[in-house]
Amino acid sequence: MNPPELVGGLESPDYASHDSAGHAPYAPVFTGEVKRELDELVKRYPQKMAALLPALWIVQRERGWVPEEGMVEVAEQLELTPAYVKGVVTFYTMYHQHPVGKYFIQVCTTSPCGICGAEDVVKAFLRHTNTGELGVTSPDGKFTVIEVECLGACGFATPIMINEKFIESVTPDRVPDILAELA
Amino acid sequence: MGFPHLPHPRETQVISKYFGDAEARTLDGWKKRGGYKALEKALGMQPADIVNIVKESGLRGRGGAGFPTGLKWSFMKPGDGKPHYLCCNADESEPGTFKDRECMRWTPHALVEGCAIGAYAIGAETAYIYIRGEFTEPLYWMEQAVQEAYKAGIIGKNAMGSGKRVDVHVHKGAGAYICGEETALMNSLEGRRGNPRIKPPFPAVSGVFGMPTTINNVETLIASAPILLNGADWYKKMCLSNPKSTGTKLFSVCGNVQRPGTYEVQMGFPFKEFLYDLCGGPLHGRKFKAVIPGGVSVPIQTMEEAEATLMDYEGFVAQGSMLGSGGVIVIDDAQPMVTVIARIARFFAHESCAQCTQCREGTAWTTKILERIRDGEGTVEDLDTLLDIAEQMTGKTICVLSDSCAVPVVSGIKKFRNEFEALIQGRRFHPVAAAVA
Repeated sequence: MNPPELVGGLESPDYASHDSAGHAPYAPVFTGEVKRELDELVKRYPQKMAALLPALWIVQRERGWVPEEGMVEVAEQLELTPAYVKGVVTFYTMYHQHPVGKYFIQVCTTSPCGICGAEDVVKAFLRHTNTGELGVTSPDGKFTVIEVECLGACGFATPIMINEKFIESVTPDRVPDILAELA
Repeated sequence: MGFPHLPHPRETQVISKYFGDAEARTLDGWKKRGGYKALEKALGMQPADIVNIVKESGLRGRGGAGFPTGLKWSFMKPGDGKPHYLCCNADESEPGTFKDRECMRWTPHALVEGCAIGAYAIGAETAYIYIRGEFTEPLYWMEQAVQEAYKAGIIGKNAMGSGKRVDVHVHKGAGAYICGEETALMNSLEGRRGNPRIKPPFPAVSGVFGMPTTINNVETLIASAPILLNGADWYKKMCLSNPKSTGTKLFSVCGNVQRPGTYEVQMGFPFKEFLYDLCGGPLHGRKFKAVIPGGVSVPIQTMEEAEATLMDYEGFVAQGSMLGSGGVIVIDDAQPMVTVIARIARFFAHESCAQCTQCREGTAWTTKILERIRDGEGTVEDLDTLLDIAEQMTGKTICVLSDSCAVPVVSGIKKFRNEFEALIQGRRFHPVAAAVA
């Protein structure tokens, strides 16, 4: 008898391989102006470690995601271990641990939006972006669509976020126009 | 009729007065509207006197727990030789709640002022405003306001020329509902995973960076300014029912209702009139079926309960629920309750920090079972299993996220059992299932 097949596999994803698969080699983020920005941030707190979340935000702003090299760099800057930094990164949903589309679209589907038709908004985005599936980047690298838990704008159902931009009261028929504006 | 609509004559606007008024966002505009007068007054007073006024006013925490604010502030012992900290909880993530978002995007200086007053009152030189990462617009306006206030010398090492130091910093979260729990917020602020801490020690003894800390909600801190200016009696008089609940409260209304938005009414306002008059009642051709009045962590109310409710801390409890964060979710007769509750459970399963077994496993199993009932795959035993899991999830964990997941399940099964049973029986009498049997 054959052993039962493992579902999902045991290996953790190899994020570093994303770089060898066509991404430019990692260039340090914390140099010059950005380094000074971090130094200023550190002054706000009595402990250096408190600047960890802000530092990771800077990496994501500069690189579009938080690669492992970025975690190592942050660890060096804040005198932490890379493993510790990775532990923190993996706790929070907003740090991208792998590259995402140029436009990262988050649609709120939590209960209050759910009862106002958020599912249909998700479907419209999946169809019009050619992503077809949640979390998958479109073939042209432009779009990634995900469902997100409560964006905190429930009275303006359905709210969505495209990168840093917040859009309220989205209905399925507004989706093509919203996407056209991005192109 | 509640922002973004025109104000309703029956609202009492203290905090929401300038929602929608873009000029109020700037320092000049805010000063023209009487801004920073309360801070100026506060800096000329003894911290203990500020605490007493807030105590006397009856102000209670607007984030959900309703703990008396003045009492909380009085736990901070002056002159203990340690640095004190104020944390402002702007991690507003409770589904149904979006009042703090409006406060921050329309009146950012009101929050800077509230933080400065609060910090001074508890003997802290530093206040951190922890804002959830998804709130890009409130983050932008808060950062602008803080910068403006620093430049004008309103905050900083010599706040308003008083010789007292008050620093206010904005800290951006990174996506985690649990960071709205006070000890998780402190961990997150320190640069850790947002796991809640075991209490005691309570924050007033050992909070952020191991130092005495007070943590208040956005709306609570903003309310402290008009209380200082107008006096405790003025605030106490805004009370239509139980004297233990004073002042005005922001309610954010969403779901299947004519006019969703943020409304401000006096404590004790009749909920029935609030829903039908201020919020405009149900959508055309529909009927209200249920209300979750304080964010998804509070028990679901039937319409009989909701219509008999007076909107204050005690009034919601008397009618089988809680005021919570004031996030009113209205559910109409077109929504299957099992679907609604299953979606709430999925939210909690996603947001559990997974420290405690009861929560990590309980939220996941609750979701699985509810979703199979929703899909017509449930069994009669499932309801008992759900209630049993809910009991195991209540009062046994480090924080109340686990309890919060159990609450809508238990109240939902209790109050809308017929909907659960109809779906389960549909399965039993399913023609295919019957043929197989």
